[in-house]
Amino acid sequence: MAFFVEVLVGGLLAGVMYGLVALGFVLIYKASGVFNFAQGAMVFLGALTATGLEQQGVPLWLAIAMTAIFTVVLAILIERLILKPLLAQPPISLFMATLGLAFVIEGLAQAVWGNNARALDLGIPDVPLEWLLDSTGVGVSTFDLVASIIALALIGVLSAFFSLTKTGRALRAVADDTKAALSVGIPLERVLIIVWSAAGLVALVAGLLWGARNGVQYSLTLVALKAFPVLIIGGFSSIPGAFAGGLIIGASEKLADVYIGPMIGGGIESWFPYVLALLFLLVRPEGLFGDRIIRRV
Amino acid sequence: MFYRLSGQFRTSYYEDNRLIGEKLERTVFIATMLVASIAIPLVASPYLLSAVLIPFLIFSLAALGLNILTGFAGQVSFGSAAFMAIGAFASFNLLLRVPAIPSLLAFLLGGMCASAIGVLFGLPSLRIRGFYLAASTLATQFFIVWCLSKVGWFTNYAASGVITVQHVAPLGFALDNHVSKYLFVLVVVTTLTVVASNLMRSNIGRSWMSIRDMDVAAEVIGINPLYAKLTAFAVSAFYCGIAGALYSYAYVSTVEPDGFSLDLSFKILFMIIIGGLGSILGSFIGAAFIVLLPIWLNVFFSAMEHFSGLKAPSGITSNVELIIFGGIIIVFLVVEPHGLARLWQRAKEKLQIWPLSH
Amino acid sequence: MQNAIPPLLQLRGISLRFGGVAALANISFDVQEHEVRAIIGPNGAGKSSMLNVINGIYCPQEGEIVFNGEKRTRMSTRMAAAAGFARTFQNIALFQGMTVLENVVAGRNLKFKASLLEQAVWFGRARREEAAQREKAEEVIEFMELERYRKKVVSQLPYGLQKRVELARALAAEPRILLLDEPMAGMNAEEKREMCRFILNSNRRDGTTIILIEHDMSVVMDISDRIVVLDYGRKIADGQPKCVRDNDEVIRAYLGRSERVG
Repeated sequence: MAFFVEVLVGGLLAGVMYGLVALGFVLIYKASGVFNFAQGAMVFLGALTATGLEQQGVPLWLAIAMTAIFTVVLAILIERLILKPLLAQPPISLFMATLGLAFVIEGLAQAVWGNNARALDLGIPDVPLEWLLDSTGVGVSTFDLVASIIALALIGVLSAFFSLTKTGRALRAVADDTKAALSVGIPLERVLIIVWSAAGLVALVAGLLWGARNGVQYSLTLVALKAFPVLIIGGFSSIPGAFAGGLIIGASEKLADVYIGPMIGGGIESWFPYVLALLFLLVRPEGLFGDRIIRRV
Repeated sequence: MFYRLSGQFRTSYYEDNRLIGEKLERTVFIATMLVASIAIPLVASPYLLSAVLIPFLIFSLAALGLNILTGFAGQVSFGSAAFMAIGAFASFNLLLRVPAIPSLLAFLLGGMCASAIGVLFGLPSLRIRGFYLAASTLATQFFIVWCLSKVGWFTNYAASGVITVQHVAPLGFALDNHVSKYLFVLVVVTTLTVVASNLMRSNIGRSWMSIRDMDVAAEVIGINPLYAKLTAFAVSAFYCGIAGALYSYAYVSTVEPDGFSLDLSFKILFMIIIGGLGSILGSFIGAAFIVLLPIWLNVFFSAMEHFSGLKAPSGITSNVELIIFGGIIIVFLVVEPHGLARLWQRAKEKLQIWPLSH
Repeated sequence: MQNAIPPLLQLRGISLRFGGVAALANISFDVQEHEVRAIIGPNGAGKSSMLNVINGIYCPQEGEIVFNGEKRTRMSTRMAAAAGFARTFQNIALFQGMTVLENVVAGRNLKFKASLLEQAVWFGRARREEAAQREKAEEVIEFMELERYRKKVVSQLPYGLQKRVELARALAAEPRILLLDEPMAGMNAEEKREMCRFILNSNRRDGTTIILIEHDMSVVMDISDRIVVLDYGRKIADGQPKCVRDNDEVIRAYLGRSERVG
């Protein structure tokens, strides 16, 4: 039983991180109506830039601050060079453009900082919580717990920001109907820049946390692919949905890997979330919290 | 001046339905085919054949396969590499396990296996669309590669998961040197390109395009979306499967499931975006571009090193390649969403009225 | 007289709801063969929903449709197409990436019989069929005066022409019943006249039964044989143009309550 709980908790904690990555996608989906494929690259770029700066001798906090500023600059560039010219195109074009963007960012990140994996130490110990281990026999890493708390806090702050502030309302208006939002004078450019910056910052945090856990390396971009099933289950346009989807994927993936994996050869983590999402799609195409779309003709 | 349509009259619908309508274009096509089938094998270096022309043709075929599904039928897929893998491994197993099976038949059946699995994984497209469908094709990609590498039977229990394909001689034509491999690939790709063009000028091609453009209206005029979408998946997967078989039997000869990764699927997707979605010619242009770009970059960087005396950091080519790929995709989507093929079309229109401007 | 011939299409007690919103409430009317039947009403009256029910895009919660003597509670869009329904849409629903010719030939897709394999090798039936159907499609193109544009991609044509292409695609199917959802919306007087001519020609020459939604009252009064008036999903009037025009409830629906107008 303790083992089951340990696996479950491990999965849920990983799920919070998935949720965090997925959150970046949701923000951009709400503003631009597109699945931003470059989100994974942004996670990678954020982590790599911060680590790279730190290894050049910049103090960690300053490196993170500099990366954050850089992220905002990147968001502005993206808005100017990609989003604006593609506004009138069908969403699938924009989607493919983000695919291209992902390649540009990955190439740039590696061209500047090199192809080697790097270690990142945020100063949070990665050891089991002793009191929990002693009292229940369940091993939960301090790092995972702290990381989850940071992720949860970020999810909370962002949902509050986008549901309570004026910018949040503007974002919802843009998400509903871009043309109508423009016609009532919502500053689309600013909303897009804010949203892409926010998504970039979320990516940075996710990148730092994942990077500290598993090393800052190219495979970070794959974490972002996991956001696909997370979003399918949670719905593309819901912040709580991203969180719930993350938990479901994280937990079921770990449980499946431990309990089903050995029976069929292991390594099923690579596809299990996608197949789960696919089954989910067939039952509930709009996701847990997504909006049901009535098709009009 | 030379490229004129005037004076060419079509007097029957049969004539108007021809594959290549204009006289000059027909001449150019025949000349190209003559050069490709006679001149090139005589003069091309083994390097040009094995590192440029063969992969170009094979990727063109895969791109054409994906273009049928994505460009013509409007269903975005990230799974083309997985279907190539199925074609490759199915052919391998058929040749391995079925005694005296003709290799051409093995390739054909390999393509059909890909086709059958394509239909299976195409089923979700009936309920979901757009990004959701794209996401579900990720399931295809990851699951199939996992399955091929985990189930030992597929790789004939090769310890490393790497298989070395058999020597084959389709129709007595041994694929044992670059020229014969090139000619075989050329014949297969040409045949399948003609078939694809036939499909596009037929009712099925129109059904695919109408599902892509406006699915409700397509149903209203009586098109069965189930049939249209699943045939698109089947034909597309067949093309990718054949491309996969050619890839392993005429290009690399040792393959492993992980070689057919998501990255390869993306590469094929980029070929059709750059070349032109919904254009047969575009599949070839895009494949040429993506095959040639790394070669050019290498030449460029080594020339730079030679002249400047500086050593480029290791791995820089692959990163510059990524940046250029990505950058070009964005530029194309912004500037010319219909790809290189449309640029060519425009140039053609200009040429027809040259030297006048309207 | 009309009672002697059974109607081609009968709608009995059709109710359609989206969640809690009733789009259509217990609507019944019939359509005689060869007539031009108009559906009118203010915005949001449920006119387009009515057409969507008739050709199976929406499935009503209650009621039945009797077509050609056969009773159906629901008819799928494709069954409707096979039974001889063709249709145009309020917002143009053409295949934007295809040429005019391809759109029109696509309208005849149910007449194609060649198998996938025959189409792949472009041999025998596939090749013959393509030429034969092309000939039929060309007749429609000629009828609709679209010859100059046949090889043009639809997305490059102006709005008025696109409307015409859409009608051509519907006519290409040689329908028994043609459903037209605001075929003249956004057109100028000249274009409207032409469109009326095409519609009436098809009705008179080929005997196509027409169900038409249109906002331009002069057009409706001119070309339709009988008119159904909907308001907020209810049927408020049904009859010949002159009866409908003088109906008090219709006037109220269009102008608001008489005391407020007065």
